[in-house]
Amino acid sequence: MAFTALVGARVRRREDPRLITGRATYTDDVRQIGTLYCAFVRSVYAHAKLTSVDVKPALSRPGVVAAYSGRDVQEKGFKGGLPFAPGPAGKNTPMHYLLAIDEVRFAGEPIAVVVADSPYTARDAAEAVEVSYDELPVVVDVLKAAQGAPFVHEQFGTNVAYTMPLRAGDPDAAFRDADFVVEERIVNQRVAAVPMEGRVAFAHWDSGNGQLTMWVSTQIPHHVRTQLARMLDLAESRVRIIAPEVGGGFGAKADIYAEEVLVAWLAKTLERPVKFVETRSENFEAMSHGRDQVDDLQIACLKDGTVTGLRLTITANLGAYLQWITAVIPTLTVLMATGCYNIKNLDIKCSAVFTNTMSTDAYRGAGRPEATFFIERAMDLVALRTGLDPAEVRRKNFVGKAMFPYPTATGLMYDSGDYETTMDKALAESDYAGWRKKQAEWRKQGRYIGIGLSTYVEICGMGPSKALPGGGWDSATVRVEPSGAVTVMTGVSPHGQGQETTFAQIVADELGVGIDRINVMHGDTDKVQYGLGTYGSRGTAVGGAAVMLAIQTIQEKSVKIAAHLWEASPLDVEFREGKVGIKGDPGKRMTLSEVAAIAYAGAQLPDDMEPGLDATRRFEPSNFLFPFGTHVCIAEVDAKTGEVKILRFVAVDDCGRLINPMLVEGQIHGGIAQGLAQALYEEVVYDEGGRLLTGSLMDYAVPRAENMPHLELSHTVTPTTVNPLGVKGVGEAGTIGSTPAIAAAVIDALAPFGVKHLDMPLRPEKLWAAMQGGKA
Amino acid sequence: MQIDLTVNGKASSLDVEPRLLLVHALRENLNLTGTHVGCDTSSCGACTVLLDGVSVKSCSMFAVQAAGSNVTTIEGVGSAEALHPMQEAFWSSHGLQCGYCTAGMIISSMDLLRRNPDPTDDEIREGIEGNLCRCTGYHNIIVAVRAAAKAMREKAPLHSVSELLPALSPQPVEV
Repeated sequence: MAFTALVGARVRRREDPRLITGRATYTDDVRQIGTLYCAFVRSVYAHAKLTSVDVKPALSRPGVVAAYSGRDVQEKGFKGGLPFAPGPAGKNTPMHYLLAIDEVRFAGEPIAVVVADSPYTARDAAEAVEVSYDELPVVVDVLKAAQGAPFVHEQFGTNVAYTMPLRAGDPDAAFRDADFVVEERIVNQRVAAVPMEGRVAFAHWDSGNGQLTMWVSTQIPHHVRTQLARMLDLAESRVRIIAPEVGGGFGAKADIYAEEVLVAWLAKTLERPVKFVETRSENFEAMSHGRDQVDDLQIACLKDGTVTGLRLTITANLGAYLQWITAVIPTLTVLMATGCYNIKNLDIKCSAVFTNTMSTDAYRGAGRPEATFFIERAMDLVALRTGLDPAEVRRKNFVGKAMFPYPTATGLMYDSGDYETTMDKALAESDYAGWRKKQAEWRKQGRYIGIGLSTYVEICGMGPSKALPGGGWDSATVRVEPSGAVTVMTGVSPHGQGQETTFAQIVADELGVGIDRINVMHGDTDKVQYGLGTYGSRGTAVGGAAVMLAIQTIQEKSVKIAAHLWEASPLDVEFREGKVGIKGDPGKRMTLSEVAAIAYAGAQLPDDMEPGLDATRRFEPSNFLFPFGTHVCIAEVDAKTGEVKILRFVAVDDCGRLINPMLVEGQIHGGIAQGLAQALYEEVVYDEGGRLLTGSLMDYAVPRAENMPHLELSHTVTPTTVNPLGVKGVGEAGTIGSTPAIAAAVIDALAPFGVKHLDMPLRPEKLWAAMQGGKA
Repeated sequence: MQIDLTVNGKASSLDVEPRLLLVHALRENLNLTGTHVGCDTSSCGACTVLLDGVSVKSCSMFAVQAAGSNVTTIEGVGSAEALHPMQEAFWSSHGLQCGYCTAGMIISSMDLLRRNPDPTDDEIREGIEGNLCRCTGYHNIIVAVRAAAKAMREKAPLHSVSELLPALSPQPVEV
């Protein structure tokens, strides 16, 4: 359908000129006269009764304008709590006050807020707030918490928020008839999103107009608006949320935080602009974490490597409270439990459990990396047990190309896929067979290399509204201006993904407009129609699809205008190669600019047609999307130090059609980096008393350039018909696919030491200990 | 305290608290918001600027320590009319996504090339180890620094934003 080269081309990002010259505006760059700055007092205990919170010592400091405890906020009329999706939790959903009242349940929970005329003064004054605690018993370990007391929320009499059972087929028969059963406990450790820009919010109350404006570093500006309006009892039409430049989110900014709501409330209460910029330490304490599951697996197998059944107990750590979609994340693990394999007999029990820690919530992959990790480890364990090559075990169990659309035993419908072709391409490009030979030779020389394979499928393009609380559609307006320039307004909220460019590429091709005459706007609720935001690899798959629908409406109207002008039947007129024309008559053509001039002048339009040339459309996906791929990692473990060096990393991903291959590659590069980070380096650690031990970038190991290998990427393209662009999501695939491949490579390298499985992160001390027979 | 310093070629006189960090002086007193803060432990490098031509983390020194010095921030590295080769290379190689680390990353890379005009990939990785990026996996940053090094060694002509905007990016050169 494209006639120019833009869709599919490596178009330089339209976003970049402002970013590379330091001219972009992030939330903390917004300036207003009279701005106040807030600082939070946070709990130093993981679980305690608050016996008193005295803000008076802070108030007496010069420059301090206000200071409030949780009770003060209530007394001033804000009585509610933070919003969240209850998911399957039903009744076991705790009230989540903006500032703790009577009890704190994790270290870092906000207790009081101090507002002052400078950030330095606010921080100093926060130190002066006096808090008295009575410590309560703490539970951090999710398995202990699932067993019983102490309880995070005494009133529930349990720490289990919900259990979600899923049975399919005849698992009992599968296990009875199995030649053998492989068992393993697989821990998916807690990690942190660490966007380079932490949480920032800046609110301004216009008392003359009764209008609240808040700039906030978020992925979901419209959701924030709806919720803030409700909580502050304002008409939604009087609340403007602006997500300006956002310095990374990775799911952790698809959330609504107490600090953000308080900033808005403070601005309204004090009638002054109020800003909150968190420190990195606060970011580690109080921005939602990701993962944190214990997965107990039993796999029923036949001698030939066929997996016939899966018994699985998922114990998911929710943290102390439910954030925006905390409760939903473990359900995604359940849905994706069988990965890209044809396993029909399932017995799954998922328990979601409160502990005295910061909440978990969406983090790049959100529930699916956990599923991919355990099912890929399972395939490797089956390979070890049978002596078959891990690639052959996968080949034997794949959902075959002819089986699509494929209904999974967990209730999903995989629309399309071709797992074997992708795996074979990755095996060839990585010289998998050659490395197997080299591995045997090198082992004789005392060099330990491992080969890891991950064949993943993930669920994204969130998604059909019927399957999602709060909906899954998205919106676009395409407005052709009288000059023929085009303004696009998208309901998704890109923050690095590059849709200002990719959406412009689509519009340029489809409407025949120079890309420099297209402006893609997003993230400001006063400019852009309602949309759901960017998360779950949905930006292009859902938001881009809405752009395509709006383009089609513009094309249809253009055809009618031209047909009327030429006194032709609309059936004989078409929009082709960026122009309107009479079918089969190359001489009779009109550009979009010419159509726009007529549309806005009005006089030459059909009698029943409204003037103007714009369209707002919404795309409701009929299904989720299921991108897939194979990642191959070759890693060497230094026998003396346990250090891992990745020798090769090959990723073959199938994300459908590529609008801009350069940006797709960028998403996969970054995704792999975060997957590698979990496999080798990162872990959020609380001690038994619930104190956060990884509260800064000195303690939490985000990979540096030296830690990243060179990445070799390629693609297969299996089309999907779920959206009119034929794209699948690509934001999370790299993270989901890479972690199991890297872990498998490292574990395989240690096979001569009898290692069959190790929990992440696979840091040198753990590997060195494993090479000493487990004795450090 | 009163301090005099030159920022992006302009003489500036500031009245600052002795404890004010250089990065806050640049951002709050001079409104040069292109320099960012990403941590509180001098780990991330987002705040990197040039001080008398040498890269420093501006969160790790006081404004008063910069008195009498020449400071270059991202706003002074190049302009829309004539991008610095490092800026152009980051753009052409897709060496940035959310853009938050980019100012520090560009300035650290410029300092690396000052010391080593023709670095290997490993030397680039080592040279930017003080700067964290969470989006790119560093892959395209390495490609960008290599491309910038070549352009600078060859004294390639500078380009403006408007010249580059309509053009496609070059195919990446394999490492």
